[in-house]
Amino acid sequence: MDSFFIITSLLKIAVLLGVILFMVSYAVYAERRVSAFIQDRLGPNRVGPAGLFQPIADMFKLLLKEDFTPRNVNRFYYWLAPCLAVMPAIITIAVVPFGSTLFGVPMVIADVNVGILFVFAIASLGVYGIVLAGWASNSKYPFLGGIRSSSQMISYELSLGLAVIPIFLLVGNLRLTSVVRYQIEHGWFIAPFMGDWTNPWKWLLGIPMIISFIVFAIAIFAETNRLPFDLPEAEQELAGGYNTEYSSMKFALFFLGEYAAMITGSAVMVTLFFGGWHFPGIPDGSHGWIFGLLNIAVFFAKVAMLIFIFMWVRWTLPRFRYDQLMRLGWLFFFEIALINIFLVAAILPTIPR
Amino acid sequence: MAVTVPRPRLNWRERLYLPAIVAGLAITFKHFKNMLLGRTKVTMQYPEQKWDSSLPEHYRGAPALVRDEAGRVRCVACQLCEFICPPRAIKIIPGEIPSTDRFAKVEKYPEAFDIDMIRCIFCGMCEEVCPEQAIFLRKDYTITGFTRAEMVHHKEKLLEIGGVVHGVVLKWNEKK
Repeated sequence: MDSFFIITSLLKIAVLLGVILFMVSYAVYAERRVSAFIQDRLGPNRVGPAGLFQPIADMFKLLLKEDFTPRNVNRFYYWLAPCLAVMPAIITIAVVPFGSTLFGVPMVIADVNVGILFVFAIASLGVYGIVLAGWASNSKYPFLGGIRSSSQMISYELSLGLAVIPIFLLVGNLRLTSVVRYQIEHGWFIAPFMGDWTNPWKWLLGIPMIISFIVFAIAIFAETNRLPFDLPEAEQELAGGYNTEYSSMKFALFFLGEYAAMITGSAVMVTLFFGGWHFPGIPDGSHGWIFGLLNIAVFFAKVAMLIFIFMWVRWTLPRFRYDQLMRLGWLFFFEIALINIFLVAAILPTIPR
Repeated sequence: MAVTVPRPRLNWRERLYLPAIVAGLAITFKHFKNMLLGRTKVTMQYPEQKWDSSLPEHYRGAPALVRDEAGRVRCVACQLCEFICPPRAIKIIPGEIPSTDRFAKVEKYPEAFDIDMIRCIFCGMCEEVCPEQAIFLRKDYTITGFTRAEMVHHKEKLLEIGGVVHGVVLKWNEKK
């Protein structure tokens, strides 16, 4: 533990946290604008140029509202729940490599060798925020929202885990930086034939990889409670769901948590399937700091693209019914992901290491 | 009696849902793209663009007092509008015109003429009942204020909105 490592780590944490919080606040703005555009409206365009200061106005509004705690709630858990909703989403980003190297410093906060396991372990803590909020509120609808959330998370966590196993069969390592390294050498997992266009086995590998991506993406949608799966906060059915009894900044924290989870989910997806910070033709940071910065920009551009897809899907699809949700999770995605592993295992010997 | 609603039998493509989802995504993306390229017609941007020029002739906005060609306030303080006003928004204090005045024959003028714009319902009955054609509903509709007192239009304000009207009621001119 030399002081250089500690100082650079602290710097990375501070900058990345700032970037993530900035992205969260602007994701809310982007969501409102994208949804408006899809519905032939304009969206917030009053505060600042094109409404760009809207997040600041939103934040002031939420901070200045009365922070009301109902009398019959379980006070400790009621206060704990919003923190638990935000924290895991932000911690998860620690293991995601968001750039190659900048001045020789690897652009990942903690390059742990259990990478993806860490992501799953921490990300699934996010459900505690929602379940505790629902339970501590001591009210019917939030309670139903909390229960729905816990069952949904358990159902989709399985497919989430199984969907990424093919990747780690190929990489042979759980470290996320080596996943990116592998994709640079062998083509992105979403299109493994990239750079090796004549190899028919690579084209065949593309099929299970796309299935894997689709299952993973849908499971991430369910994990982050985004629209086709937003049963925990179904406004029409549950009067807002688990956050009904919350007000002011505590209410906002749930939303920040949801958007932070969306961003980290996108970041993990980019790392696993879209080659992380790699873009064909752009060398890594060892060739100069400008390329290091470009790599980071590429990573966040990819994340932004995925966030747009998240929003696009949200404003297109209606919500699933609860039994459909369970059937989809347990009878379709679970099986598809399972079969997919065998498919990849069958193709695996033909892929050169 | 229980009615069995026949469910449509879906073929495998419909049951896969994916074509429907892709079609839906295409539709929403088309809307997004058209909006981005400025092809979608959106609603009027209100404070910047106003529909003042396309207001119809019969539009009933804020009530206002008018002056005639000679600059006299046409109101003769008969108080008919005060009595007819359904929400009782109008308050008039009549005053007598001194006999030395040019318009002494008119006898009365409103010393104070207040319309409480919080109460006014823009029904136009004051305009309809006025025998002198002294009160009109103008096209002003952005009437705002920070206090209740600010929302009461006094005589000066009403005359300012009203302006001069060359009316058809000319009976006082003969007796001048």
